[in-house]
Amino acid sequence: MLAESIVIIGVNHKTAPVAVREKLAFSGDCAGPLLTLMQIEGCRECCFLSTCNRVEVIFVASDPAVAAVAVRGFLFAKSGLADDEAQQYSYLYQGREAVAHLYNVAASLDSMVVGEPQILGQLKQAYREAVEQKATGAILNRLLHKSFSVAKRVRTETNIGGNAVSISYAAVQLAKKIFGNLQDKAVLLVGAGEMAELAAEHLVRQGIGRVIVANRTVERAAKLARQFNGIAVGLAELTTQLAEVDILISSTGATDLILRKDEVKPLMRQRKNRPLFLIDIAVPRDLDPELNDLDNVYLYDIDDLKNVVDVNKAEREKEALRAEGIVAEEVVKFWQWLDGMELAPTITAIRQKANAIREAEVTKTLASLKSLSENERRSVEMLANAIVNKLLHDPMLFLKNSGPHDNPQLKLAFVRQLFGLDNESSEE
Amino acid sequence: MTLLFQLTLSLYLLATAVYVVHFLSGHKQVRAVARAILLSGGILHTVYFVVRYLAAGHTPLTNNHEAVSFFAWSMTWAFLSFWWRYRVKNFGVFVSPLISILMLIAAFSSQEMAPLPPALKSNWLPVHASIALMANGFLAMAFCGGVMYLLQEREIKKKKFGIFYSRLPSLEALDNLNQHCLTLGFLLLTLGIITGSVWAKQAWGTYWQWDPKETWSLITWLIYAAILHQRLTVGWRRKRAAIMAIVGFASVLFTLWGVTYLLGGVHSYVG
Repeated sequence: MLAESIVIIGVNHKTAPVAVREKLAFSGDCAGPLLTLMQIEGCRECCFLSTCNRVEVIFVASDPAVAAVAVRGFLFAKSGLADDEAQQYSYLYQGREAVAHLYNVAASLDSMVVGEPQILGQLKQAYREAVEQKATGAILNRLLHKSFSVAKRVRTETNIGGNAVSISYAAVQLAKKIFGNLQDKAVLLVGAGEMAELAAEHLVRQGIGRVIVANRTVERAAKLARQFNGIAVGLAELTTQLAEVDILISSTGATDLILRKDEVKPLMRQRKNRPLFLIDIAVPRDLDPELNDLDNVYLYDIDDLKNVVDVNKAEREKEALRAEGIVAEEVVKFWQWLDGMELAPTITAIRQKANAIREAEVTKTLASLKSLSENERRSVEMLANAIVNKLLHDPMLFLKNSGPHDNPQLKLAFVRQLFGLDNESSEE
Repeated sequence: MTLLFQLTLSLYLLATAVYVVHFLSGHKQVRAVARAILLSGGILHTVYFVVRYLAAGHTPLTNNHEAVSFFAWSMTWAFLSFWWRYRVKNFGVFVSPLISILMLIAAFSSQEMAPLPPALKSNWLPVHASIALMANGFLAMAFCGGVMYLLQEREIKKKKFGIFYSRLPSLEALDNLNQHCLTLGFLLLTLGIITGSVWAKQAWGTYWQWDPKETWSLITWLIYAAILHQRLTVGWRRKRAAIMAIVGFASVLFTLWGVTYLLGGVHSYVG
């Protein structure tokens, strides 16, 4: 059956440890792998996806069982693993399961961090390359386009990507809740740790106006400041700078507090109560926890941010359940289309469409020709019938008779498009 | 006419319910439905005033039912016109219940149309009363904004993200909303007091006679003047501004009802 010929074989973070994934790492573009895959006997269409957490081949084969062994052999060629080991580390989905899996991948339900949007871009890129290599056909074209629209639907109908799930991103999200627009805001980095750098990077990407770096060693501060087009200052200037900036990210290695409540309190008056967002990602902490008691001062330490992330992750899991419902629904829709890709349902669909048009037109015409006799009316009906049958005769022959070099799926897809049988898909 | 009023009230109640459903479910289409219902309520409400005007033969702003109903009307249109220029996420969820409460109060007040007392027979009636009540509309919106600010601030400060954090806009947006409504409301309030005193000169021969309503209007005006002044000079923004918007609104309500029922005075016909 046609449906069973869709197969996905792959390796991801769930099925194989990184040691195994490393061994089959494919680098560069997909052209090479695609060429090899297309040479596998019976492999009619294929698409090759390779990211840091997954490598998978989506293909359509006339004899799936045989092709699967060959595809797996190709995937694990460099790893030195035997086929039974390769089987253990990889997954194989066929038919309906394969469609569901691809939708899950596109909608980022199968990712390490559920809801991360990068995978969709990677899948689109993989598809683009497969099209360039002419490796896809009627079925994969539709399946992959569908997977993109399913991902879009999941994104708009659920809140799966709505909450920040990394510490630095959670800090950015909070900053936005406090300040709204970040464009005219300034951030002061105290200490030049990796996490502070990451948070600053996120903030810059969100359009933060100014970056100031304060560090014990000024060279390090200057280096980091250059990276963000900002300025470097000495640690002694901390309070002077604090009167100006809106966000402070602290990550020094100091063993004692570097900023206390009674130092900031007078500054708030000077700031005319403009809010101040303090992020303390140092352990032990840099900032006095009591700072949070001041009006318009919001202090978050690393544990607070972790809590935000945990809550958000739980929220995403909940949204993922809703997303799975959407995927299940879309799999059923694809199945209906695939059923139509068999010969008989397509012929029926064309006949039904033609008959519906004929009946509607005849009824409309007869309604305006009330003077006709019964015989004349019957003649009009017969005329319409004859035209429809004669017009359909050749397309039907074209569909039923296949030559030795024909690709039946391509033919079906072409005819279905010609007669507009899948109009719902033309909106995409 | 009663039917028209009841229909308007039902639309407002329905809009409130749909807004709450939107708030809980998060579906954007639901919000559009709520807004459409609110808009139809506002239109019907306008028709109600026109009909009542024609029936009474004078501006229908002379008793509690009419005044509170006009207060609700001005809030509806202040909100809708506001929405047209600015978008504040889920503002409607907070404004629509207040409109509904006002309408319920109007519904339970006497809807009888009494003949106009001689002192009110003036062209100043529509001008003064409508400006004063429109000021209330904007100040009520500032109150809603203040409540929203405090709810959002509380969740950010306490680091416990409940129902409001994701659904309410940023503190900055709420603070801007607060300022915008306060400024407009204050401007209208000032105009209301000026037109009132000009009218008083014509009706009673004196600009100001320390009638309780006048006194409380002045107190309210001073509160809002202080908020705006402090805001500009020492930065009474954000949380303090939000609290002050709520306090100021309490004074507005007291001027509207408290004075009438507790203190009496020449304005007490509105009771």
